[in-house]
Amino acid sequence: MFLKKLNLLNFKNYQEAEICPDLGANAFVGGNGAGKTNVLDAIHYLSMSKSYFNAMDSQVIRNGEEYFIVQGVFEDGESEENISCSLKKNQRKVLRRNQEDYEKLADHIGLIPVVMISPTDTVLITGGSEERRKFMDSIISQYNKKYLTDLISYNRVLSQRNAFLKQLSKSGRGDISMLEIFNEQLIPLAEYIHETRLGFIEELVPVFRHYYDFISGKSETPGIHYDSKVMHGQFHDLLEKHAERDLIMQHTTAGIHKDELQFIMNDMPVRKFASQGQQKSLLIALKLAQFDFISKVKNVKPVLLLDDIFEKLDNMRIDRLMKLVREDNFGQIFITDAHPERVSHIFRELDLPLRTFVVENNEIRQSADKEIGQEIQWNDEKIQ
Amino acid sequence: MSTFSSRILEETVNAFSRLPGIGKRSALRLVLHLLKSNPEEAGRLGSLLARLRSEIRYCKVCNNICEAEVCQICSGTGRDHSVLCIVEDIRDVIAIENTEQYKGLYHVLGGLISPMDGIGPEELNISGLIERVRASSFTEIILALSTTMEGDTTSFYLVKKLKLASDTEFNISTIARGISVGDELEYADEVTLGRSILHRVPYEGSSVQGKNKPMP
Repeated sequence: MFLKKLNLLNFKNYQEAEICPDLGANAFVGGNGAGKTNVLDAIHYLSMSKSYFNAMDSQVIRNGEEYFIVQGVFEDGESEENISCSLKKNQRKVLRRNQEDYEKLADHIGLIPVVMISPTDTVLITGGSEERRKFMDSIISQYNKKYLTDLISYNRVLSQRNAFLKQLSKSGRGDISMLEIFNEQLIPLAEYIHETRLGFIEELVPVFRHYYDFISGKSETPGIHYDSKVMHGQFHDLLEKHAERDLIMQHTTAGIHKDELQFIMNDMPVRKFASQGQQKSLLIALKLAQFDFISKVKNVKPVLLLDDIFEKLDNMRIDRLMKLVREDNFGQIFITDAHPERVSHIFRELDLPLRTFVVENNEIRQSADKEIGQEIQWNDEKIQ
Repeated sequence: MSTFSSRILEETVNAFSRLPGIGKRSALRLVLHLLKSNPEEAGRLGSLLARLRSEIRYCKVCNNICEAEVCQICSGTGRDHSVLCIVEDIRDVIAIENTEQYKGLYHVLGGLISPMDGIGPEELNISGLIERVRASSFTEIILALSTTMEGDTTSFYLVKKLKLASDTEFNISTIARGISVGDELEYADEVTLGRSILHRVPYEGSSVQGKNKPMP
């Protein structure tokens, strides 16, 4: 799936913009705050019908405007997909595929897979465990519908159980045997979710290691440890054991909603003992593993969005990462970089074509292929 | 500021628009229709509305809507008094009655267990059900509740209570879940289709007419 054309209207800092990307690698260059990342986010909208960065859709509308539209034409072999996502203030978000509205936004997810690698991904390491569960859940849900529906059901029963616990301790009113009913509902759901997560991590780790080794030159040994109190057949006992605590805390204190993924480097937790560069390598390897996973199960190469990826990586790692991109034959790639010379130099060294777009004054223009090479003389010291 | 030239008109429109699913526009359309139609029609509607609240009662046995103490289904002679069907709402009774496939009795719960909405077992017509099961001799109790998580919670709860309630033997069954009649498989959602495969039934010639018994 390749993005052939992208149109933006009142999207973040852009009033109007149109670009025709290359089927291979594309770079957006420009100063800080120019709006490079916003272009990646627009592509993310077409895939996931939401921003990667803003939780509120209305914040995406350009200041002072009433609506935004993102439109993209994707090509897949012989067929074309025309996708648009738009929002008018105080109205429902509309997602269209070939001029037809989707009834449910969720129906679109998976048609155009993307993988975004961004500096904000560090929240996977520094944030709470729900960030890591969200990462895991969003990948599995893309290829396993039962997982998604079971997860939704689990969360629903959990909310009911928590509401019941709250009610019970506040008013003392309620039939305590209700707890057992909720437990019986949670158990089969939790067991399936747990087993699926376990299997997913087992498959993910070797791929993740492969990418990490490649990027780092095998200088460290990373790992992912899936930690869950819900082991096969014991969830019932766990719930019983925690029942008293649940009643005091007024919510369910044990279950797959407390599962944790631990990132490990040389047997030590990454959060505390890995450098920023190592953390970044780990996150990139994790996202590339996600890419690999989705391409295999979906049989289509996701669009790769690389936001500011060269920051905080040493030259050796940048070099290896880009070699990987060349050798593993990724699909379409979009890269942002504040240093135009750096990205064009890297691609010239790799002998890979790169279409460059200059982002400035809230406009995007395609730079002539020679332009960058002529205007800016490459200076090796700049990436030291 | 009122956009209406008559206060009665405005108040009637407001009253209609308070009904579920009716907005201001639809309300105005309905009211103008009543104004244009012959006076008896509006009068009849008015008196029916008044009688609706004063004369309709709930059956003291099954909680269904009726005009006597006991509803026609509970007191009916043509019904099978050994089978009981538990439903969430009065609308479900109407829906099942329309199928003409069921001749047993009903019990209306008046909702589903949902602590998030402040509905516990105490808010539902469950104690009445337990007493009823104790006092009667049902051979089968059918759970016909929604296939939502709240429906499942309620079913779980009822089964537990029903088993404790009575010494007499009765079967507890639940309505089948799966592909709708006349549906094409390709358009069925994955979860429903998956369940239908898992809970498949022996082939007995004419599965569409529902003569099959579930697999043991």
